Amino acid sequence: MSTPSPKGQLTRDEVAHLAHLSRLACSDEELDLFAGQLAAVLDAVAQVGKADVTDVAPTTHAVPMTNVMRPDVARPSLPRDVVLAGAPAAEDDRFRVPRILGEES
Amino acid sequence: MSDVTTTDVAELSRALSAGEVSSAEVTRAYLERIAAVDGELGAFLHVDADAAIGAAEAVDAARAAGSELGPLAGVPVALKDVFVTEGVPTTSGSKILEGWRPPYDATVTARLKSAGTVLLGKTNMDEFAMGSSTENSAYQVTRNPWDRSRIPGGSSGGSSAAVAGGLAPWALGTDTGGSIRQPAALTGLVGHKPTYGSVSRYGMIAFSSSLDQAGPMTRTVLDAALLHEAIAGHDAYDSTSIDAPVPVLAEAARRGAAGELAGLTVGVVRELGGEGHADGYEDGVLARFQEAVALLESMGAEVREVSCPAFDLALPAYYLIAPSEASSNLARFDGVRYGVRVGDDGARDLDEVMALTREQGFGPEVKRRIILGTYALSAGYYDAYYGQAQKVRTLITRDFTSSWDDVDVLVSPTSPTVAWSVGARVDDPIAMYAADLCTLPASLAGVPAISVPCGLSEGLPVGFQIMAPALADDRCYRVAAALEAAQDAARGHRLLDELGRTAAGGAA
Repeated sequence: MSTPSPKGQLTRDEVAHLAHLSRLACSDEELDLFAGQLAAVLDAVAQVGKADVTDVAPTTHAVPMTNVMRPDVARPSLPRDVVLAGAPAAEDDRFRVPRILGEES
Repeated sequence: MSDVTTTDVAELSRALSAGEVSSAEVTRAYLERIAAVDGELGAFLHVDADAAIGAAEAVDAARAAGSELGPLAGVPVALKDVFVTEGVPTTSGSKILEGWRPPYDATVTARLKSAGTVLLGKTNMDEFAMGSSTENSAYQVTRNPWDRSRIPGGSSGGSSAAVAGGLAPWALGTDTGGSIRQPAALTGLVGHKPTYGSVSRYGMIAFSSSLDQAGPMTRTVLDAALLHEAIAGHDAYDSTSIDAPVPVLAEAARRGAAGELAGLTVGVVRELGGEGHADGYEDGVLARFQEAVALLESMGAEVREVSCPAFDLALPAYYLIAPSEASSNLARFDGVRYGVRVGDDGARDLDEVMALTREQGFGPEVKRRIILGTYALSAGYYDAYYGQAQKVRTLITRDFTSSWDDVDVLVSPTSPTVAWSVGARVDDPIAMYAADLCTLPASLAGVPAISVPCGLSEGLPVGFQIMAPALADDRCYRVAAALEAAQDAARGHRLLDELGRTAAGGAA
């Protein structure tokens, strides 16, 4: 098991990396702010490590879960034009997205 | 009848059925009050007066034609903006969904429509339900009707301010870590978090899927039970929905109001406001709490202290689990299928557009939690943070389970403090998170919990929390109604009546 970073070890660069992984562009001011706040939050939440959880199973859900199945029967879905009406961009009855591959591809 | 904007729904429903008042009259009265007061309170994000009056007139016409109508037909309702509503703007308090009109109704929205209720509007909330003060809304700060320099609680603060301020007879909120109970407590309302899975989450914009739960925010315990019954029940569209009969809640509230509690055993949680609790509780809150416990005892309940040691770890466990689930749930806001898109100028690729869209669409609290959740779920830290938190969650559930061997309900203050001043905690996430200290254990275990007003401290409302075993929501209503009735009798009026019209914004 890995050891959580001690207080203050979540650096600005680490926050920038996590923001990138989360697809969040952050300003320099935000990165500075979050680095300090997240270090404090991590220090507080690291208390969970104090609990003796030997042989304790994790709770994945608050209620007993069973797989839910339904008959494989076609049903009407939302009309395509209604769904596309809420999209930022649509074209030819589809969601239009920015290019995914770079120029060189 | 007298001023409909101070009338309980139970009474309003009777008057509508008896033809003493029309739905259009009631709806207009609320719309007028919204127009007069909401500029100061900021409770609503969206109100469509014409649509509301149209819906009310349709109910009146159906009633006049002799149609068989349910008891709630014609009663106005306000919905937290986290519930999707067909054709009606729904933002979850975020800029990323600005202008979006959903193509379908949430199950609870659909159930309230089929019950004939009239949608007044959508209420303000902390962005994606992340917050305890409604200051994290991307649109506006909501004010507490008891003192407009203070917050109304969160994240359902728009709903709490709307009902406490007389802008809606009742409202729906959602509770992930306490977002129904804490704002209800801070504004003098009744708020109930149902058993997890007993009210459908379909069409409720997800924050933390294993915790999110819709529930009522009302003036009285009976009203809460009536609204709860209207929205509860199995839903095939929600795979986490419990397939069990809806308990009889309104009847439990009516029985409880008779005040007989002989045979009931009440456990005061040592770690939550009982002897030996951690610091942070205000003296006035503890005093009102202890008075309420004494009142339950005077009605025949047996009171004993119960220790739930794992509850001390509920706050850190919650603030790992909820952001982790949020970081996953909020990945769907990618600027492709709905909401806004930023930077799509033909020169940027999908990743860049997505990052810019999320930068401008999300506020600081949401970003902070997404980053925290991404960290807690990342390789190398998963076991130490998320995995450990989920094991602590098991310990909390065990504390509840072993308590039920000795007591019927557990009680605590709902919030360690009364409503604080706007701005007082915005720069301190740790102080803000501490507001949820008392409500988190029930959320993590998925058990039902209700907050009922138990008096004032420094002129501001204090809430009393009652927790029960899973699916025993009726027990919460019974005890809450007993406490409410005893307090109203001792006071000679409801606590909410002390919030005069002047304090609430002054219709006059």
